[in-house]
Amino acid sequence: MDLGNLASLRHFIPEMILVAGILAIVIIDLAVSDKSRLGPLALILAALALVAIGLEPASSGAWLFHRMLVFDSFAIYFRALIALAAVVAIWMSIGSEEVRGCDQGEYYAILLASTFAMFLMAESANLLMAYLALEFVSLTSYILTGFLRHNRRSLEAALKYLIYGGVASGTMIYGMSWIFGITGSLDFNVINKALSTPAHLPVLAVFVALVLILTGMGYKVSSVPFHMWAPDVYTGAPIPITTFLAIGSKAAGFALLTRFFFPAISHLAAGGSWTALEGVDWPQLLLFVCIITMTLGNLAALQQTNMKRLLAYSSIAQAGYALMGFVVLSNDGIRAMLFYLFAYYVMDAGAFLVVMIVANSTGREDVEAYRGLAWRGGIVPAVALTIFLFSLTGIPLTVGFIGKFYLFAAVIKGQFYILAIVGILNSVVSLYYYLKPIRVMFFEQPRGDEGTVRFEAWNYGLMGVLACATIVFGLYWSPIISFANRSLSFFTGAA
Amino acid sequence: MSHVLTLITFIPIAGMILILALPDSMKQAFKWIAVVATALQLGIAIFLYDNFDTTTSAVQFAEKASWMPAYHISYFIGVDGISISMILLTALIMFISVFASFGINRAEKGYYAMLLMLDTGMMGVFVSLDFFLFYIFWEVMLLPMYFLIGIWGGPRREYAAIKFFLYTLLGSVLILLAMLGLYYYSATPTFDLTELAANSSHYSIGFQRIAWIALFIGFAIKIPAFPFHTWLPDAHVEAPTAISVILAGVLLKMGTYGILRVNFAVLPAASYQLAWLFLGVIGTINIVYGAMCAMAQTDYKKLIAYSSISHMGYVMLGLAAFTAAGINGAVLQMFNHGTITAMLFILVGVIYDRAHHREINGFGGLAQQMPIYTAITGFAFFAGMGLPGMSAFISEVLVLLGAWQTHPIMVAFGAATAILTAGYLLWTFQRIYLGPLNEKYKDFPDLSFREAFTLVPLGIIVLILGVYPHAILGLLNTSLVHLNQVVLSTSGAAVAMLH
Repeated sequence: MDLGNLASLRHFIPEMILVAGILAIVIIDLAVSDKSRLGPLALILAALALVAIGLEPASSGAWLFHRMLVFDSFAIYFRALIALAAVVAIWMSIGSEEVRGCDQGEYYAILLASTFAMFLMAESANLLMAYLALEFVSLTSYILTGFLRHNRRSLEAALKYLIYGGVASGTMIYGMSWIFGITGSLDFNVINKALSTPAHLPVLAVFVALVLILTGMGYKVSSVPFHMWAPDVYTGAPIPITTFLAIGSKAAGFALLTRFFFPAISHLAAGGSWTALEGVDWPQLLLFVCIITMTLGNLAALQQTNMKRLLAYSSIAQAGYALMGFVVLSNDGIRAMLFYLFAYYVMDAGAFLVVMIVANSTGREDVEAYRGLAWRGGIVPAVALTIFLFSLTGIPLTVGFIGKFYLFAAVIKGQFYILAIVGILNSVVSLYYYLKPIRVMFFEQPRGDEGTVRFEAWNYGLMGVLACATIVFGLYWSPIISFANRSLSFFTGAA
Repeated sequence: MSHVLTLITFIPIAGMILILALPDSMKQAFKWIAVVATALQLGIAIFLYDNFDTTTSAVQFAEKASWMPAYHISYFIGVDGISISMILLTALIMFISVFASFGINRAEKGYYAMLLMLDTGMMGVFVSLDFFLFYIFWEVMLLPMYFLIGIWGGPRREYAAIKFFLYTLLGSVLILLAMLGLYYYSATPTFDLTELAANSSHYSIGFQRIAWIALFIGFAIKIPAFPFHTWLPDAHVEAPTAISVILAGVLLKMGTYGILRVNFAVLPAASYQLAWLFLGVIGTINIVYGAMCAMAQTDYKKLIAYSSISHMGYVMLGLAAFTAAGINGAVLQMFNHGTITAMLFILVGVIYDRAHHREINGFGGLAQQMPIYTAITGFAFFAGMGLPGMSAFISEVLVLLGAWQTHPIMVAFGAATAILTAGYLLWTFQRIYLGPLNEKYKDFPDLSFREAFTLVPLGIIVLILGVYPHAILGLLNTSLVHLNQVVLSTSGAAVAMLH
C-alpha cells in the first residue's frame, strides 16, 4: 500500500500529538508565567503519544507520504520504546534539580521534538528521510546536552557532541551518495532490488558505501570506533538528558541500523535467517565492531570513578551486546536484540534515575558519594541501584538476564562460538565494575561527609516502578517477547 | 501434599518477605523467623526422607508447570536418589547455621533475609529438574552469598566477596553456554534434564566433550577443584562462622552434584572418556595438595578450608571410578563432609568469638580451660581423619575400594594422604588444646548451650552414619547404580563412535 499525504495521517497520529504538543508548549510558555506546569503537560503528551501507538490499527504495513516513511510492526515496537524513553526522561526532568533552573518551555519543546525525530528515524524508508531524521535527532540532542548554560562541562559536552556528530553525519551522507550513484535511488525498496542483481554489483563500491553509512549509524548507537563522544556527553549533559540519549537515541539508532542493514540490503531466506549481499561482507565487519565495542566499553569502564561516566562506558558495552543479535543474521537474533533494547531501557533508566536521586540531594556524581549509602538512610535507592546493576550484568531474576539469555541463545544457534565466548567473558569483566558502587554502598561505612539522601516521592515512585519492572519481567517476560516477535515483520511492499 | 517440594523450596522466601516487612526495631523477631522457617524446612525434609521410595530410580514428588512454552522451559522439580541426601543436608545445615548466626549483631534484618534467600537458592538447585530453573537457582545463590561475606565478613571481606563472585560467575556463564548448546543440539529442544538424559545418545561425541568440559569448569569452580580453588580459603577466612558452615556444608556439594546431575546423566559418553583425567587426576591433586596446604597453615580457619578442599577430592575420585561402590561412596562423602566440616567451622567460630584471632600458634592448653569444647573438637578431628566408627571412614573407604579397580595409583595417593590428614589435624590439636595453658585465655568460658546445640546433633549424625551408613546409602543406591549403568553402557557406544 502506497499512501499519499492525507491518507498517511491515519498512521501518523502519535507524531501529530507530539507536534501539536511542541507547538502548544511554545505558545503556553509565552502566555503563562507559572512554568512549572509545562513539565507535566509534556509528560501527558508523551504518554498520549504512547497510548496512540498502543491503539494503532492492526495493519500489514504501508508506505507513508509517498514512500518516505514506512509503517509496520517493527516501527511500532521502536516508537513504543522511544515514547517510553521520553516518558521516563520527562518524568526525571520534572524531578531533577539541574533542570529546574532552565527555561522550561524550550526544554520540554525540544525534548518532545527530539522524540518526534526519533520516531521518524525508526520509520524512515528512504535514505534522505533517514539522514534528515538523524540530523534532526542530533541537533535537538546538541541543544539538550548543552542546556545547562552556566555549566562548563555541559557546554563542552555539547560542543564535542556537535563536532563528532557533524563529522559522522557528513561521512554518512557521503556514503549515501555512493549508494545513490550505484543504485540510482534513495528508496530502501528500490535499493534492495537494484543490489540483488549480483552480476552488475560493484562489490567494493558497495562495501565502501556501507562503511561510510555505518559511521553515522554507529555514532548514534555509540559503537566503536564512533563511541568517543559518549563518555563526555553522558557526563556533561543533565542526567534526564543523559538517560534520554542512552535509551531513546540509542534505540532509534538501532531501529535505523536494523532497517537499513536488513530489509534494505539483505534478503530474508526460509527459516528466519537473512542472507547478506553476495561478496559484500559487512556481517564480518559488524561482528568485529560488536566484539570490540563490548570489550572496549567494559575495559574502559573498569577505571571509572564517576557514576555517569561509568554508566556511559557501560552503555557502550551494552550496545555491543545488543549488536550480538544483529550480526548473527537471523530473526532470532533481531528478536533477541529487540528484547534486549527493552531490557536495557528498563535497567539503564533505573540506574541513571538513582544517580539523579543521589545527585539531587548531594550534588555529587562520583562513586565516593555512595559510600555507605545503605547505612545512612538510603537503603531504598541502594537496593534499587543494586537491582539495576545486577540486571545490567545479566544476573538471573532480572530482565537483563533474560535479554542476555535470548542473545546468547541466538548466538549459539547461529554457531558463532567465538562471539559467545567473548560475550560471556565480557559479562564477567563487567561484573567487576558494576559491583563497585554496590560494594561502596553496602560494604563501606559512611564517613559522615557524604550528605544525606532525601526522600522524593516523585522520583522514588518511578524508581519503584522500574525496579519492579526489572524483576517482574525477569520472571514473566512472555508479553515482551511476544511483542518483539510480532515486530519482526518489515514492510517491503511485496504482497 | 503434592506441593511438598515447592514448599520446602519457598518457605525461606516467605520468611524473608516477612522479615523485610517487619520494622527494623524488631531485632529479636528476625532470628526466630529464620529459626521457624528452617525448622519447617527440616520437618519437610524428614517427611521426604520418610516417604522416599528407595526401590526406584525414577523422579518422585515431581511437580511440573509450564513457564515459558516457546522455549520449552518449565517449572519442573522433583527428587531422586541423587538429590534426596543433599536436600536433607541442606535443611539440616541451614537449621544449624541459623543458631550459629545468633552472634551477628549488625544489620540483623538484612542478614537473616539474605540467609533465607540463600536457603531457597540452594534448595532450588537440588530440586530443579529443568536446566533453566536449575541455572536460575544456581545464580540466585550467588547474590546473598556475596552480601553475606561482604557486609558481615572479616577485615578483607571486600576482596574475598568479589573474588568469590567473579570466580563463580565465570563458572556459571560457562554453564549457561553449555546449557544453550545442549538445548539446541538435542533431539527435541528442551531444558528438561530427564528428557535430555533420556536422549543423550543424540549428541555427537565431539560436542559432548566440549559441553562436558564447559560444564565441568563451571561446576569445578564450586567444588572447588584444583586449580580453581583459590577463592575458597579467602572466602572462608573472611566469612562469618555460619556462612562458612553453609559454604563448606552445602555450597561446595553443588559442584559435584551438578556433575552428577548434568555431566554424568546428560553426557554419559563424554563422562566415561574424560572423568579419569578431570575427576580422577584433579581429584587426587585436590586430596594431596589440599592436605599439604593445610599442613602449612597457621590460621585455624584456613587450615579447615584447605582440609575441606582435600576431602572434596575424595568425592571427585569416587565419581571417576564408575563402580557402584565409588559413586555411592562419593555421594555419601558429600553428605559426611557436609556434617563434619560444618562442625569444624563451628568449632573454629567458638574459639574466634572468644579470642578474636585464629592464630594456631597463639593458643595452647585450652583443654584445661574448656574441656567440653576440647572433647567435641577431638571428636570432630577424629571424624575428619576418617577413623573407623565415624561416618567419613565408611565413605572414604567406599571411594578408595571403588576406585581401586580402575585407578589404583590414584587410590594409593588418596590412601596415603590419610597420614598427612592425621598429621595436620593432630599437630593442630596439640598446638591449640594441649600443653600449658596460655595465661591470656584462662577466663574463657566453656561451650554455651547454644553452641553445644549446634554441634551435638551433627556429632550424633556422624556417629550414626559411622555404624549404620545404610541410613543414607539406602536412599542413594538405586539411583546411583542406575546412573552408573547408563554411563557404563555408553562406553561401548562411545568407543564405536571413535573408530
